[in-house]
Formats: sequence, structure tokens, C-alpha cells
Amino acid sequence: MSDWRTYEPVLIPNIAGLNRLETYRKHGGYDALHAVLHDQNTWPDPASVVQEVKEANIRGRGGAGFNAGLKWSFMPPADGRPRYLACNGDESEPGTFKDRKIFEYNPFLFIEGATIAAYAMSITTIYVYIRGEYRSWIHKMEKAVSDAYDAGLLGQNILGSDFSVDLVLHSGAGAYICGEETSLLESLEGKRGYPRVKPPFPSQRGLWGRPTTINNIETLSNVPGVIRNGADWFKSIGVDSHPGPILYGISGHVNRPGVYELPSGMPVMTLIEEVAQGMRNGKKLKAIIPGGSSTPILPAKDLEDLTMDADALRGAGSMMGTAGMVVMDEDTDIVETLWRISKFYHHESCGQCTPCREGTGWLEKILEKVVTGQGTTRDLDLLLDITSQMEGRTICALADAAAWPVRYTISRFRDEFEARCKPSLIPVG
Amino acid sequence: MSQKSSDNGASLSQNGTSAYKFTKEQLAEIEVLKTKYPEVQAVTLPVLWMAQDTFGHVDPEVQRLVAQTLDLPESHVHGVAEFYTQYFKEPKGKHVLDVCTCLSCHLCGGMDILGYLENKLGIKAGETTPDGQFTLQEAECLGACGYAPMMQITNDVYVNHLTPEKVDRVLDQLASGQTPDFESIPMPLVSTTSNNKAAGGSDE
Ligand SMILES: Cc1cc2nc3c(=O)[nH]c(=O)nc-3n(C[C@H](O)[C@H](O)[C@H](O)COP(=O)(O)O)c2cc1C
Ligand code: SF4
Ligand code: FES
Repeated sequence: MSDWRTYEPVLIPNIAGLNRLETYRKHGGYDALHAVLHDQNTWPDPASVVQEVKEANIRGRGGAGFNAGLKWSFMPPADGRPRYLACNGDESEPGTFKDRKIFEYNPFLFIEGATIAAYAMSITTIYVYIRGEYRSWIHKMEKAVSDAYDAGLLGQNILGSDFSVDLVLHSGAGAYICGEETSLLESLEGKRGYPRVKPPFPSQRGLWGRPTTINNIETLSNVPGVIRNGADWFKSIGVDSHPGPILYGISGHVNRPGVYELPSGMPVMTLIEEVAQGMRNGKKLKAIIPGGSSTPILPAKDLEDLTMDADALRGAGSMMGTAGMVVMDEDTDIVETLWRISKFYHHESCGQCTPCREGTGWLEKILEKVVTGQGTTRDLDLLLDITSQMEGRTICALADAAAWPVRYTISRFRDEFEARCKPSLIPVG
Repeated sequence: MSQKSSDNGASLSQNGTSAYKFTKEQLAEIEVLKTKYPEVQAVTLPVLWMAQDTFGHVDPEVQRLVAQTLDLPESHVHGVAEFYTQYFKEPKGKHVLDVCTCLSCHLCGGMDILGYLENKLGIKAGETTPDGQFTLQEAECLGACGYAPMMQITNDVYVNHLTPEKVDRVLDQLASGQTPDFESIPMPLVSTTSNNKAAGGSDE
């Protein structure tokens, strides 16, 4: 990728005051919604909007990478009864801090995207779930939503059309699990955030038993651009298999951590060395966690030609996740880092499923033993054994998210773990 | 139980009503909230927030107020309050310092900041200073990973890029009754060429 330096950001362009409605509209904001509601030739019906978004292949930015338009097409035909869009702004996967940039700098882009999605799926109410810790950003969103209502961009007869939809902001209260889509629905219904067994899928039975689609904030923020400029424009950004702009969140041992909007498929080393301006204190790179804490760690030697997109990362033995890249230098204690990740998942397990509740507890406990020099190499094998007991056996993917880092960090940095262990009591050979 | 129950005698064990009360305005606000959802139960989280912002915590007696106001079972409200970590199930210090020690903050000195605060305040994480001013807590990722190490103050403002000096300043500020300002952290410029604009939204 050679043109990243001349890339013009579209999600968060460098325009002062874009968080004000009149500035947003002056720069083409709400043209897309207007077209969808009034340009009968281009957008004859809601299905045509779904088709274009599907064509664009906006892969979900919440972690799973599922085509947003395809997900929308799973909604059953409208029957005049309530249907919901739940927007996922829980943003709690360690290493991820991007959606808050949209709330802060371009809130109307997201609101417009959600409104278009609502039109496309005949949604009656949009719920926007934002993690409770983001109180400052919730306040910013409250202002934006109220301005949108005042301008007739939400509520009854939007932009003079016969389309109406309400948008409700809903604050979480501190629970990582509520980012899991069915846990989020439970939380919106006012309950403890216990993930639901699927099927039924939310498109069939979601909020209050009614058809519901769940999308990430960044995913929906890509919709106005697709409507305004077409699916082909969107697909011309970044790599074919995972197109469009990405908000890369870079944290850890780099000189200039932060959130950067760039095309998909950015070379990992370019992100580290040029975008984030290299390693802090001139240290050497040891490893990265590419897309949030659950995505398997990759040692520096595997990063040479690696790009940030779902296919390339899968090929390298990891995942794109939320594109929240955590960079670690040569001094990083990998064993301790893994223990900290495991502590997180143990703390956040909702406890419904035995393999997850018990498994995450054991992972943390045994890793703590290893960190403090009390572990043996048999403990390492026990850890791997526990991960295989956890994967694919639970209601939601938190158990997998907890198991992957352990499995891959131990297999990719085995010598560091062994060096930390007491000599095994069983003679070797 | 709470200090208020002894003041007005409305102890919860005696007549089953909470010692706490919402104002008329708050009750009206709750009615508006209810119109936003098809079922009353959905306002449990927002009303718990309203209660905590008013009373400083949601101890069992505040939970009872929420349950009675919404006509929901106390067991439901209790279960919800227990599930979510941001609800204070007991009174805390005037200022609650949530220091992130999760992945990125851990890599960037979050534990050192926590240790510095423990030393300075003379308490361990999870404790409150004897004068009731500060509660210190260890937090999981708060979504500020690029600005590590960081902490959140009483479920509200984030303070980023912490150093011992900055921690000192923040504590002084809080002690003198001020709250640190919201720190807007613009997206850094990506572009290295002069004639092109790059990411870097701004608030103004
Ligand atoms: C444990 C767990 C936590 C999750 N947390 C989030 C989150 O904080 N934000 C988010 O958008 N998606 C999160 N997800 C993914 C959601 O379940 C869901 O796939 C996503 O919101 C769908 O939106 P998208 O298709 O637009 O990405 C999480 C998933 C799991 C299993
Ligand atoms: S996998 Fe873990 S977090 Fe998910 S439902 Fe089961 S116990 Fe809860
Ligand atoms: S790890 Fe501390 S804010 Fe994310």
C-alpha cells in the first residue's frame, strides 16, 4: 500500500466543528438520507438500500466481520409491528477505543447511518447502547440526538417523508459481556446481561421478542458514504475482501498511539513504524495483538509482510477483531501480559456456563502461579488442556475469547513460559 | 443501614418503604423514560443511574426505592444492581478513582500509577481513605488504551497520560472541590505531505 499518505478520511475528516449539525450538513451530511427517502429513481424501496449495502460488503467492525447488508437481509418482512435496531457502542474489548471518536467528532454520521439502516429494515425504534463509563461521550450524543430531533431528522415524518423512527440512547453500567449482542439485548430490556442461547437469532426474536438487528457504531457510520458514493466507491478503498476505511486503534509501546482512519489492509509494520512513528525509546518490536485482547498474539518475525484485513490475519494465525492493535516491545513480560488478559476474562465471565465460569478462573489462577515462578511445565499443558475444554462449548463466544490468547500465547512463546517454570519433577527422557 | 434511615425513622425493616425519595421532577422524568421502551423493566438501568447520581450509591435501601417506584420486584432490581460494576452497592468515598490496569495500561505503567496512589493515599485498591474523600479501585479496560495509563473519576471524567506529577495535580484539584476538565484528544495527523488533509477532527 503506497497511497495511505494521501488517503482522505471519510469517517472522521479533518473538518472543524463537524460535531455541529449545521457544519455536518454543509459538508454533505444527510444528503444520503435525503436521497434514500426522496430519490425514487435511485432508491425505489427499502430493499434497494439493503442491496447496495450488501454489495458494498461492509464487514462488521464490532469484531466478527460479518457483511452488514447481508445481516440486514435476514430481517423478516415488515408486518407493521415494532422492529428494532440495536447499535453496539459497548466498546469494551481491551485495546479498543475507536467508537468514542465517532461519538465525539462525527456523531451525526453515525446517527444518519443508523437512520438509513432503520429505513432499510423498516425499524420503528433505534436503541444506541453505550458503555456506562463513556458518560462524557453519552452527553455529547445526547446533544447530537436532540439537535437531530429538533431538525426533523429523527422522530415523525423525517425530512418531510412518511418515514418515522425514534432513537433512544441507553447507558450501560460496567459489564464487558454486554457487548455480546444478545447480552446487550438483555441489558436493554433492563436485566442482568446474560447472553441468550441462539437460535432463535435476534433477527427472528430479538428485543422484546421482536425482529432486531445489532450493528457496531463504526459499521453503521460507513452507511452514509456507501449510499452517497455507491458500493463501488466503498470497495475501491483498501483490500477487496475487506473493503473500506478502518479506524485503527494503536496502543502500547509506540511513540504516537491513537486512533487513525486509514484504508483496510494497511501493512502492520507501516502502522507501527510510520503511522504510530515507531517504537518508544528505540526499543525493538516483540509482538502485537492485532485486534483487541481476544485476537491471538503474533510475534515480530511474522509481521514482515502482514496486512490488517480479515483474510491476511487469519492466514497468519490471528484475527482482525476490532482493529485495536496492541504493540509490545522487547522488554515486555509476555507471561505477565497473558495473566493480565486472563484476569480480565475471568472478571468478565457472566458465569452462566460451567466451562467458561470455571475455565476462566482456572486460567487466571494457574497463570498467576506461573508468573510468580511457582508453575511447572505440566501447568502449561494443563492450561492448554483447559482451553480445549472451553472452546465451542458455551452459550457465547467469551469463553473462546478467553481461551485463544492462552492457547496461542503459550504455543508461540513457549520458551518464555518454560523459563518461568520450576523444573518439572518428572525426569525428562 | 443508611444514615438517613435513623434521621427520619423510615427504616426499611419496619414499614417496608425506602428511606430515600425521588423528587417530583425526577418522578416526572421517570415517566418520560418509560415512554421510550415497550416495557417498564427496561428503565431499571437508567433509574438506577438516576438514583446513584442523586444518593451517591445504590445500597439495598436505594434499590428498594427503585423497585417501588417502578413497581418491580426488589429481587429484580437487586440482581441488576449486583451484576453491573459501576453501581455502588454501598457508599463510597466522595471521589472514586478507577485506575485502569488492563492490557494496554498494564503495558504502559498502570500498575505503577496504582501503586503511587496506594502510597500517596495510604490505602490499598478497593479501600476508602479514613476521611471519606477517596476510594481507590482497579478497573478493567475503560476504552482509552492509546492514552495509557489513565483513570476515571467517579464514573465520569477520564484523566489520561498519567504521571505521578499529574496524579498529584488531580488529587489537589479534587480536594479543592474542582473536577478535572474533559480532555479532548484529537486524532493525530496521518499525512506527511503538506497539500493534503488528514484525520484529525476537532471539537470547535
Ligand atoms: C464477549 C463479546 C464481547 C463483544 N463486545 C463487543 C463490543 O463491545 N462492541 C461491538 O460492537 N461488538 C462486540 N461484540 C460483537 C457483537 O456480539 C456483535 O457481533 C456486533 O456488535 C455486531 O455488529 P457488527 O456486525 O456491525 O460488527 C462482542 C462479542 C462478544 C462475544
Ligand atoms: S460463555 Fe461465559 S460469558 Fe458467555 S454466556 Fe457462557 S458463562 Fe457467560
Ligand atoms: S487498557 Fe486501559 S483503557 Fe484500555
